[in-house]
Amino acid sequence: MYRIVTKKRLAPEITLFQIKAPLIARKALPGQFVILRIDEQGERIPLTIYEADGAQGRITIIFQEVGKTTKKLSTLKVGDSLPDLLGPLGKPTSIEKYGEVLAIGGGIGIIPLVPIARALKEAGNRITTILGARTRDLIILEKEMKDLSREIYITTDDGSYGEEGLVTDALKELIAQKKRMDQVLAIGPLIMMKKVCEITKREKIPTMVSLNTIMVDGTGMCGSCRVRVGEENRFVCVHGPEFPGELVDFDELLAREKRFEREERIALERYEEELKGENAQAEARGED
Amino acid sequence: MRKNLRVRMPRQRPEERIKNFAEVALGYSAEEAKEEASRCLGCSPAPCKEGCPVGIDIPGFVLHIKEGRFDSALNLLWEKNNLPAICGRVCPQETRCETLCILGKKGEPVAIGRLERFVADWGRSQDFKFRTPNPELRTMKVTVVGSGPAGLTAAADLANLGYRVTIFESLHLPGGVLRYGIPGFRLSKRILDFEIEGIKRLGVEIRTNMLIGKVFTLEDLFEQGYKAIFIGTGAGLPRFLSIPGENLAGIYSANEFLTRVNLMEAHRFPEYDTPVRRGKKVTVIGAGNVAFDAARVARRLGAEEVTITYRRSEQEMPARREEIEHAKEEGVKIKLLTLPIRFLGDERGWVKGMECTRMRLGKPDESGRRRPLPIEGSQFIMEVDTVVVAIGQGPNPLLPSYTPNLETTSKGHILVDKDGATPIPGVFAGGDIIPGEPTVIDAMGHGKRAARAIDRYLRQG
Repeated sequence: MYRIVTKKRLAPEITLFQIKAPLIARKALPGQFVILRIDEQGERIPLTIYEADGAQGRITIIFQEVGKTTKKLSTLKVGDSLPDLLGPLGKPTSIEKYGEVLAIGGGIGIIPLVPIARALKEAGNRITTILGARTRDLIILEKEMKDLSREIYITTDDGSYGEEGLVTDALKELIAQKKRMDQVLAIGPLIMMKKVCEITKREKIPTMVSLNTIMVDGTGMCGSCRVRVGEENRFVCVHGPEFPGELVDFDELLAREKRFEREERIALERYEEELKGENAQAEARGED
Repeated sequence: MRKNLRVRMPRQRPEERIKNFAEVALGYSAEEAKEEASRCLGCSPAPCKEGCPVGIDIPGFVLHIKEGRFDSALNLLWEKNNLPAICGRVCPQETRCETLCILGKKGEPVAIGRLERFVADWGRSQDFKFRTPNPELRTMKVTVVGSGPAGLTAAADLANLGYRVTIFESLHLPGGVLRYGIPGFRLSKRILDFEIEGIKRLGVEIRTNMLIGKVFTLEDLFEQGYKAIFIGTGAGLPRFLSIPGENLAGIYSANEFLTRVNLMEAHRFPEYDTPVRRGKKVTVIGAGNVAFDAARVARRLGAEEVTITYRRSEQEMPARREEIEHAKEEGVKIKLLTLPIRFLGDERGWVKGMECTRMRLGKPDESGRRRPLPIEGSQFIMEVDTVVVAIGQGPNPLLPSYTPNLETTSKGHILVDKDGATPIPGVFAGGDIIPGEPTVIDAMGHGKRAARAIDRYLRQG
């Protein structure tokens, strides 16, 4: 069992957990992830390891409530335990000295961006950052990225914070200013990574993306996470999660990631009904 | 003439069983088992024994059954086989022990597999359910990586030899391919749990969610005091056809399709969280046991039409005859001499069709089977909404990729000698991680072989 030792709300639907997992914490490196299950009926979902503290034997995960599993996960409290946690999975980021690195994070893509950018900075790279999200509340870990970056640009779709627009608008702006970029690191929704890569490919700037696909085992056995990278079919779980963005077939991946949309909706609706039922019962008993 | 035929085993009727995931074959009663056992001629030497990869004393246990000593029969089985209830269900006896049975020359061979299953199931229903640990437990620790048929067998044999055994498993439940690969209608999960419990009672510790190669390297394990390591990490990287459209939604590897259902219980969605597409028109590419398992799962998920698409003819199909027959009874169609060349998708990226070419058989190829050759201009399109690709797989890449001094083939299989030893002292391997695409019983044979070799290695000290 893997006990939750810290819980923090970072935004209305974004939660941070520190989890006791000494073996994983000891070996985890930036770019790697875990697969967890919340109960006997649960599915296996991959989540980035945000931080690993080998000395304390803890790992930190941050997740947004997007479906049943993440909603249910967010209801767990300090002291509760996860029955299953596997990791560290995936290849660690290859940390090189590129020079000027532009780190682009969209929404919860900012979560894996932080540890990778930190490692890149420690390796002597200079970091410039663009963070983007739908709205102000969803710009998370801004301080962490600010501390790592020489410059930071923020965009929101609704203009509630930073510049109104998309991360790609800020990217285009930097390109127009002839800003030097030896390497781009882009992590966020597939559509964002696709758009970023369209631009950087044109500008011939090498771009690394980190993919978070639907997985089952996470150890290279099932192929649920497969993605076309150049001429090859690659498995995100063992060959990734990072790939050269200019080679990734994002259109195919966008369709693949929707393949359980209907089931995801059914599961979520059913869970929300269940919650309503529980709340109604609690009310009837006179609890809050 | 009655003697020429084996006693029939009761089965669920096809129209019933396609509505559930319960076992198809229901097993012999004690009377039926005794009657079947009495057909055995008790040959000496017994040719059937030669066909058993784990060396079971077949005439011995069959004689015990015939004379009603089921406990003795079970003890004799256990001497060589730690998973008799599983082997009695999934071992391909018809190509091993049974094919060597003298009775097979004039009629049907003794139903050795069914008898093995009977004894194991009988044991489960009795008071003396489990074996006991070797009382002379030594202090020496050994470890097994992977809890599939090879790992479980190696662990049990090593425990019987008095070693302290820890199994590390990466999934959340033990059993490996017996858990995620073989569907419940061929091997019920209750039986699997029971057999694994039996191995634990021998003193074997099983630790799940453990990623060896990452949380512990092999060196770490030696440093922790394990004196020998058996690697049975099994299959990985499913093979695909490398044809256009293969990553369309609705196209699964057999591993993914079966794991979703067998391990994650996707057929019970939404009670269980893991989903699986319930296709109406499903095709499975390939004709091995895994392909037939997938086809029969698809049928049970409610598919109206399930076809096996195979590029050779029926004769070359590698699946067990019994599985092929069961699948046909369940309404699975088989499209022979057909090779997919392209998948067609709809505007949302879902598979909707499969373009195929018809094949004819040419001269034998390196496998000894006649080589399928495309017939020009014979292309046609099959309408499908779900495809399962079941054309085999490579070894699991994880442990070798984090163990640089482990020698592997170009495909990533771990190289071993005839005892299952790798060039690293104290490291052994078996099952799907070594070359040869073994069956469950072969993998168990590897586990046994390695357990013996580990014992010799540790005694030499």
